[in-house]
Amino acid sequence: MALIEIQHLTKVFGTGADRVTALEDVSLRVEDGDIFGIIGMSGAGKSTLLRCLSMLEKPTSGQIVLDGSDLAAMNGAQLRAERRKMGVVFQGYNLLMQKTVAENAAFPLKLEKGFDKAAVAARVDELLELVGLADKAGAYPAQLSGGQKQRVAIARALATKPEILLCDEPTSALDPLTTKAMLALLADINRKLGVTILIITHELSVVRRICGRVAVICDGRVAETGTVSQVFENPRSEVTRLLLSEKEA
Amino acid sequence: MGAFFAEYGSILWAGTLETLYMTLVSAFFAYVLGLPMGVVLTITKPGSIAPAPRFNAVFGWVVNILRSLPFIILMFFIIPFTRALVGTSIGATAALVPLTLSAAPFIARMVEQSLEEIDHGVLEAAQCMGATKWQIVTRVLLVESVPSLLRGLSISLITILGYTAITGSVGAGGLGNIAFRYGYQRYQTTVMYATVVLLILLVCIIQILFDRLARRADKRNR
Ligand SMILES: Nc1ncnc2c1ncn2[C@@H]1O[C@H](COP(=O)(O)OP(=O)(O)OP(=O)(O)O)[C@@H](O)[C@H]1O
Ligand SMILES: [Mg+2]
Repeated sequence: MALIEIQHLTKVFGTGADRVTALEDVSLRVEDGDIFGIIGMSGAGKSTLLRCLSMLEKPTSGQIVLDGSDLAAMNGAQLRAERRKMGVVFQGYNLLMQKTVAENAAFPLKLEKGFDKAAVAARVDELLELVGLADKAGAYPAQLSGGQKQRVAIARALATKPEILLCDEPTSALDPLTTKAMLALLADINRKLGVTILIITHELSVVRRICGRVAVICDGRVAETGTVSQVFENPRSEVTRLLLSEKEA
Repeated sequence: MGAFFAEYGSILWAGTLETLYMTLVSAFFAYVLGLPMGVVLTITKPGSIAPAPRFNAVFGWVVNILRSLPFIILMFFIIPFTRALVGTSIGATAALVPLTLSAAPFIARMVEQSLEEIDHGVLEAAQCMGATKWQIVTRVLLVESVPSLLRGLSISLITILGYTAITGSVGAGGLGNIAFRYGYQRYQTTVMYATVVLLILLVCIIQILFDRLARRADKRNR
């Protein structure tokens, strides 16, 4: 069953002369348990797609169906509840700088009314163990490396046991070795917790390494989609060929 | 020196306490008004968490107009209101009313500036976690900006301290009043210099104390 189904999603920014169509008639299915890659050149609309999925941007038209219900039609408390089924890992981490690693991971759990303190503490221990930061619980983000901050962001995104993890360029700021470790962590999370993962990237190697399926987007449209081997071995679109040739160059 | 303190020491000490009383109490009430105003100014901006551009523009103008009213004019202007509120228009307690009212819009802008420093991405992250607007304000905006708010607080206190000296000239007590009575009306300039030294000391203490507090509170630089 498809966990997320994006149907005819269009996002237009601005009006008149400033009008930019960032996404046009995008339709995608992300299956439950998959690691799905979205790849494209700069300005293709990848971040906009992620922002629409997390409802930070209201789609101009189209549907985003999560678990059978359309996010684009939701508001208020209903949307807030639905959002807790998604974890978002932002490109710039977006951690609370005045809070410790443990407090950052606990943040989403403490938003719930009448949360159980002991349960939150136990869950935080579990999360930090999972991302390999148990020894940094009391550190502040400013004391961490980029890779470690990313791990905190992942722990925080997983706190509410979401069904899907959305990651925007999770490795673009990391060196090759740290990138490898990060991708291993994501694959591990997918396997152990059964969380569906959607990764946005401009790096072919990221998709090759951990994704099952991939969508190539270009100028706000889906150029092609399929399994990673299908798409990369038999590219049917110009962009895919371009992405592949860039890798070899 | 000894003779000077024997004669004026207790007056200067009482004046210092009165100045501190007026400064701290009116700062407290000014923050009660100004902090929510600053929050509202920030979150109703276009693109923020509760965008209301028209309201924001109007409210911004109101705050600006209130800020541009010179303190001494405001003080006389609101005398009827002050009387109705505290029963009198003279003395330190009566001075709290104009001090509070004139500091509040100033504080609103200071708070706004502090909150603006916070990366919008952090607010979006909280939104994605399902936080309500209230939770974003109380747990992200006001928490992440604590060091900056503390620095703003020291500027506000020093500004209010300066205003108290003006209220002193119309009989509200405090160091300003002593300087006025002895220095201006009786030409006892030594007393006036003493009040100036005390005011400078107060400003320095506030500055150093809050700089230290802000640095301690800030977890970004260690
Ligand atoms: N808030 C906005 N207002 C106006 N235009 C926007 C806005 N956000 C994005 N766009 C435009 O939409 C298009 C897609 O941008 P987007 O950020 O989604 O690209 P991207 O694929 O993430 O690129 P990159 O790899 O550089 O991050 C761009 O032309 C961009 O200028
Ligand atoms: Mg992007």
